[in-house]
Amino acid sequence: MIFLLGDWISDWDGSINGWIVVIGCLCAASASLLGNFLVLRRMSMLGDAITHAVLPGIAAAFFISGTRNSMAMFVGAVIVGLLTAVFTEWIRSVGKVDEGASMGVVFTSLFALGLVMLVAAADHVDLDPKCVLYGAIDLTPLDTVWVRGLEIPRAAIVLSIVLVLNLAFVILFFKELKISSFDPALATTMGFSAKAMHYLLMVLVSITAVASFESVGSILVVAMFVVPAAAAYMLTDRLAVMIFFSVIIAVASASLGHIAALEVPTWFGFRSTTTAGPMAVVSGLLFLLAALFGPRYGVVVKWVRRQSLSWRILCDDIVAILYRAEERDTAMPGLAGLADELFASSLSIRSALLMLRRKGEIEGSDQPKLTPRGIDRARELVRSHRLWEQYLVVETGAETNRIHSHAERWEHFTDRPLRDELDRVTEAPDIDPHGSPIPPENKL
Amino acid sequence: MNQTENVNQVSPLSVDDLTVAYHRKPVIWDVAFDLPEGQLIGVVGPNGAGKSTLLKAIMDLIPRASGRVRVFGDTYRNNRHRVGYVPQRESVDWQFPVNALDVVTMGLYDEIGWCLPVRRKHRQRAMEALDRVGIADLAQRQISQLSGGQQQRTFLARALVQDADLYLMDEPFAAVDAATELAIVDILRELKKRKKTAVVIHHDLQTVPDYFDHVVLLNMRIVACGPVETTFTAENLNKTYGGRLTLLDEVNEAMRRRETSL
Repeated sequence: MIFLLGDWISDWDGSINGWIVVIGCLCAASASLLGNFLVLRRMSMLGDAITHAVLPGIAAAFFISGTRNSMAMFVGAVIVGLLTAVFTEWIRSVGKVDEGASMGVVFTSLFALGLVMLVAAADHVDLDPKCVLYGAIDLTPLDTVWVRGLEIPRAAIVLSIVLVLNLAFVILFFKELKISSFDPALATTMGFSAKAMHYLLMVLVSITAVASFESVGSILVVAMFVVPAAAAYMLTDRLAVMIFFSVIIAVASASLGHIAALEVPTWFGFRSTTTAGPMAVVSGLLFLLAALFGPRYGVVVKWVRRQSLSWRILCDDIVAILYRAEERDTAMPGLAGLADELFASSLSIRSALLMLRRKGEIEGSDQPKLTPRGIDRARELVRSHRLWEQYLVVETGAETNRIHSHAERWEHFTDRPLRDELDRVTEAPDIDPHGSPIPPENKL
Repeated sequence: MNQTENVNQVSPLSVDDLTVAYHRKPVIWDVAFDLPEGQLIGVVGPNGAGKSTLLKAIMDLIPRASGRVRVFGDTYRNNRHRVGYVPQRESVDWQFPVNALDVVTMGLYDEIGWCLPVRRKHRQRAMEALDRVGIADLAQRQISQLSGGQQQRTFLARALVQDADLYLMDEPFAAVDAATELAIVDILRELKKRKKTAVVIHHDLQTVPDYFDHVVLLNMRIVACGPVETTFTAENLNKTYGGRLTLLDEVNEAMRRRETSL
């Protein structure tokens, strides 16, 4: 399918673009698999630190082997990656500084050392510090190897192996990762050493970082470690689902990122840009969407929940006012009266009245009047209110002039069982502390 | 018969000369005790007395400066499957994406073993444990949606599925509602009936005689250790809460100054 997109994207060269997307997806998926545990252990920055700190390991591998041999690079990077984790822990305990500070010390020094080494090595090996930082995903399809008569980019093979490795790690050690991330002490007492899991995770983070270097660069691999996992965290309450979502988000960022890299710049009259940047930008946008529209923690859902609660309370208040007016046999308050008493705009009162009328709880347009159904709702509220007042006076000895505001708030959250309990505790009173009758429970 | 007597003679938890220090400052010092089997044992002492540290040092979670710990007559490492741990509630991240059932199932991970998946029979057992602590209906709830008492019950259920012989509990009664407190006491009594031993860090002095048979009074060192009737006395409590070992603090301070001023 990817290879057919060329029909509507101007700069599309089937095989090259297809490979760029595949490589981007492989890289993003491998990083995001591990990223879940970095995010959950609150050590996202350690991922960042390791991706930078492995640089001297790579440079040393160049020095020693003299080639861009993948195996040497991996070994060098894993050693330095582990050293980063160890040093960070060591400086934290010896230097009595917090983890952030000790990480800052370790990875900046190692990264700088790596840059110096790369510059020094520049004469012997062909490696560009810029390429390490930003990657060159758009060139990866050109560096190919032949496998069983198929010409495949080297990066695709390396990243496939890493993806399989990470996938196997997460599936095989799912249980161990879960317990050692959630409760390291318990994990350790059970023989699943939290420390061992930590360092195993760091080894894989280092390997993934090196493998991703060439394609997305060290800065953007951090985005792939953290952002898809953080976005998935907003979407679900189950670990397995979170991991699944994070991979989907990672793959979506990579694919959409490449399309964006080709398309977006042409809208402004530029030539298409390198893919790594848009990949990270798209993942950031997807995170924003998750933060806005997440089903439980999303900003929008929270807002809607708050709004619907305040609507319900406004409707409650209106029927309660009408009920009391009827009880005292005073004139029914009109629109203005209600707005006055509830400190609400006449627009929201009008909409609330419309809603109540739809539900069949009030009738009459200018002069709202409770229907039998509305009376039932109001009676429950007023009963809750007055029982609460009675409860406060009886149980806490509160003064009668200070109880109204509490009862006014709690009446909206008092259901039948709670009301029955209040009734029992206050010994089924007939009148409240202000002398108003407490209405009986509705007949079912 | 003979064999059971033999087992009974071995103390479930025996500690000798245990010292733990952070940055050379001793937190607990020269702690030694033997606990009887099949009893409910309260560990009581002021804030900073080293109660949590004691439990953690017993389970090798923190390094000890010196000392020997015997769990059922062997090292903790060899007998860890016989020990169930209930950490302090604040020690974990309750925003973690797991539900109550998942947390309880973690108690079985040791039994399931490395790399093997959780199966239906394990979930079944976790469900039974949740039922025993009275929150089976909340099994599918994400753990941050549970009240403090319900979270504590989840932890307790997790310890129960471990089916250990010795339980180490770090303040299970801290900030729980009255109903949960009763539920925990109920479970402790049931454990006792099944000849299990529970070592419980406890803060509320008033309830100690009601809940426990045996008490360990701790303030850096062991002030007293024995049956509640004879040990939980006003005099011993005065000693426990009447200030730390100030001279010991002073000599350690002097050692530290000497080391840092060079």
